[in-house]
Amino acid sequence: MSRPVRFNVNTVPANTKDHISIADMPPGQTGEGFFATKLSDAVGLARKNSMWPLPFATSCCGIEFMATMASHYDLARFGAERLGFSPRQCDLLMVMGTIAKKMGPILKQVYLQMAEPRWVMAVGACASSGGIFDSYSVLQGIDQIIPVDVYVPGCPPRPEGILDGFMRIQDLVGEESIRRRNGEQYKELMQSYGIK
Amino acid sequence: MNNEYIKQRLIEHFGDGASHFEEPYEMLTFETPKDSNLKVLQFLFDDPELRFQFLTDLTAVHYPNQKGRELAVVYHLHNLVDNIRIRFKVFTDIEKPEIFTATKIYSSANWMERETYDFYGIIFVGHPNLKRILNVDEMNYFPMRKEYPLEDQTRIDKDDAMFGR
Amino acid sequence: MTEQHIKLPEGSIEKATTTLNLGPTHPATHGVFQNILELDGERIVSAEQTVGYIHRAFEKIAERRPLYQITPLTDRLNYCSSPINNMGWHLVCEKLLRIKTPKRVDYMRVIIMELARISDHLICTSVVGVDSGAFTGFLYVMQYRELIYEIYEEICGSRLTTNMGRIGGFERNFNSIVFEKLEKFLREYPAVLREFENLFTRNRIFMDRTIGTGGISADRALNYGFTGPNLRATGVDYDVRVHSPYSSYEDFDFEIPVGKTGDNYDRFLVRNQEMWQSLKIIEQAYKKVQAFKGADAEIYHADVPEYFLPKKSDVYTKMEALIWHFKIVMGETEIPPGEVYHSVEGGNGELGFYLITDGGRAPYRLHFRRPCFIYYQAYSELTKGGMLSDAVITMSSLNLIAGEMDA
Repeated sequence: MSRPVRFNVNTVPANTKDHISIADMPPGQTGEGFFATKLSDAVGLARKNSMWPLPFATSCCGIEFMATMASHYDLARFGAERLGFSPRQCDLLMVMGTIAKKMGPILKQVYLQMAEPRWVMAVGACASSGGIFDSYSVLQGIDQIIPVDVYVPGCPPRPEGILDGFMRIQDLVGEESIRRRNGEQYKELMQSYGIK
Repeated sequence: MNNEYIKQRLIEHFGDGASHFEEPYEMLTFETPKDSNLKVLQFLFDDPELRFQFLTDLTAVHYPNQKGRELAVVYHLHNLVDNIRIRFKVFTDIEKPEIFTATKIYSSANWMERETYDFYGIIFVGHPNLKRILNVDEMNYFPMRKEYPLEDQTRIDKDDAMFGR
Repeated sequence: MTEQHIKLPEGSIEKATTTLNLGPTHPATHGVFQNILELDGERIVSAEQTVGYIHRAFEKIAERRPLYQITPLTDRLNYCSSPINNMGWHLVCEKLLRIKTPKRVDYMRVIIMELARISDHLICTSVVGVDSGAFTGFLYVMQYRELIYEIYEEICGSRLTTNMGRIGGFERNFNSIVFEKLEKFLREYPAVLREFENLFTRNRIFMDRTIGTGGISADRALNYGFTGPNLRATGVDYDVRVHSPYSSYEDFDFEIPVGKTGDNYDRFLVRNQEMWQSLKIIEQAYKKVQAFKGADAEIYHADVPEYFLPKKSDVYTKMEALIWHFKIVMGETEIPPGEVYHSVEGGNGELGFYLITDGGRAPYRLHFRRPCFIYYQAYSELTKGGMLSDAVITMSSLNLIAGEMDA
């Protein structure tokens, strides 16, 4: 017997007249049976809609992340259905919560174990800059030890904020050039963090 | 069974060993010399009427101005059957802060003493595993003592003028 | 059928144990603590715990901040139920300053504290499910945690780390939207909790995984300083709300569920039953709050202008409010020197605050008696002799919140 529906008991038919958006094709040449575009656009489109995040949840922001993963604010709609806990298999390192100095080397090790291309999102005030804990034992922002792509401020940020941060990461992923990771600027960035 | 009765029993059993009786906010507080802390704990644990068999809390306080009695270890005990709490303090010198460990009587004192060692540097004699618990192992000072600052002193990116220091 | 036994020469294999690091980044999103396990095959021989990976030096920070600025710090102790921590801190300050709160404020506090307790227990029970492989329960109950978050938002503006209330009461009165959402919660939540229980309580797989694992006897638990649902699962009915009632808990009629063996199944059942009891308390408190009519219904704080930060609209329009606001913020109000210990029943047990003031703006010493820190010591005793999968379930059924453990 099917479960009776409890929510939305008096359903209103959805008005989708101007509400459906279709994802835009990247710019390119189209013809009978073919579509030509830049390789980086196609690869970016594929990558950004199937990111596999690694939730590195340490404290309160982790609970807001659990709320983001749950059905009310669903992270799976953005393609991040499969959360992995092994850095070898993940693309996006989401650092949520305070990172203490004792935890710093562990975070760096997890980052080093990730395979290129990898992105980092610092969720919450503590991960971005140390937050309200200006003390001797808290690392004042994870960008002291690893390069960060997107910072999501908030204490804790609302789930909409985390989703917005994820969408900014998707923008970065979609527009990344194929040669970025081999270029001079990237190598200098890694050098400044002491990562080979 | 009230604070008066407990005070009377303690004075009867320890004489001068239990002193400085106070009752701030209705909790009996007293002090013993640091060598007899285990005797007091054992007495309060074993006595069939006093029965303080639950160690609620174990912590320390630093009074830098009282020479010779700078560090105080504070025990909070609870009698669950009669619902009475007491607090007792043991003062020690900062030069030789050695106190006997309470882990034989209460297993919960294990980590609480490690935390107190980590923050204040009090050595608990007889503790099975006295090393730092919350701070990094390489730390060479005891951060909760009053002379050490809160912020990390090795930061170069903070502008003291903007932060009111 | 004959069995082939492989005979190895004597002494060629030494019995050795494997060391497994159930490290600080571990997939149950509880927080960061590390267990180094010695395994003999699948059985655990010993476990050593390392904590401190999120030590944020709360006690040192608290020596710098005036009393009402410590409330946001207390939020981040057990962040699944932050209103309880906030109310506990305000109760300590009120004990120090000898402030008596009116009954309506007490009942409002009870509603919020019990909602927070339900919220905390929901995380623990659903994550025990997730750790044993059952993800569905988690999704069903998160909807109702969102409703609890909406209620917090109406009162204080924030979802998770609430910084709710002031010394003496609340910063604003409960408006009609709060009561509407509370009614919706009271109406719809029992069915969801019943469904959640149906999924787990008599589920063969869940019972096989949790019965008999991670048990502890009542004497050992008391010696280890256990409090809260973990202690009640072993059979001792110690609950701070009944033993030393605060905030008018003595006016409410509720039971304390206790278990028998203290294993994972008992802890799960005790937490579920406590959620039912919390619902009962919320219903009673809701009726009592609604019973205040007229001018009484406008009371939401005690009459202590020296310590209660006034409403901003009054600060900008009335003279006395402006003066009090200035005095409180600049630290000109009198905080008597003294030492006080007060505890509340948090989601995990007796959350105590030991406060020593010396007359200045900030406390001289503030120590948090954190239940998670104290009972995590017993983890090696709980898992000795068990299997590796039991270690994971024990860890999540103890409801270890790293923020509270390391403070």
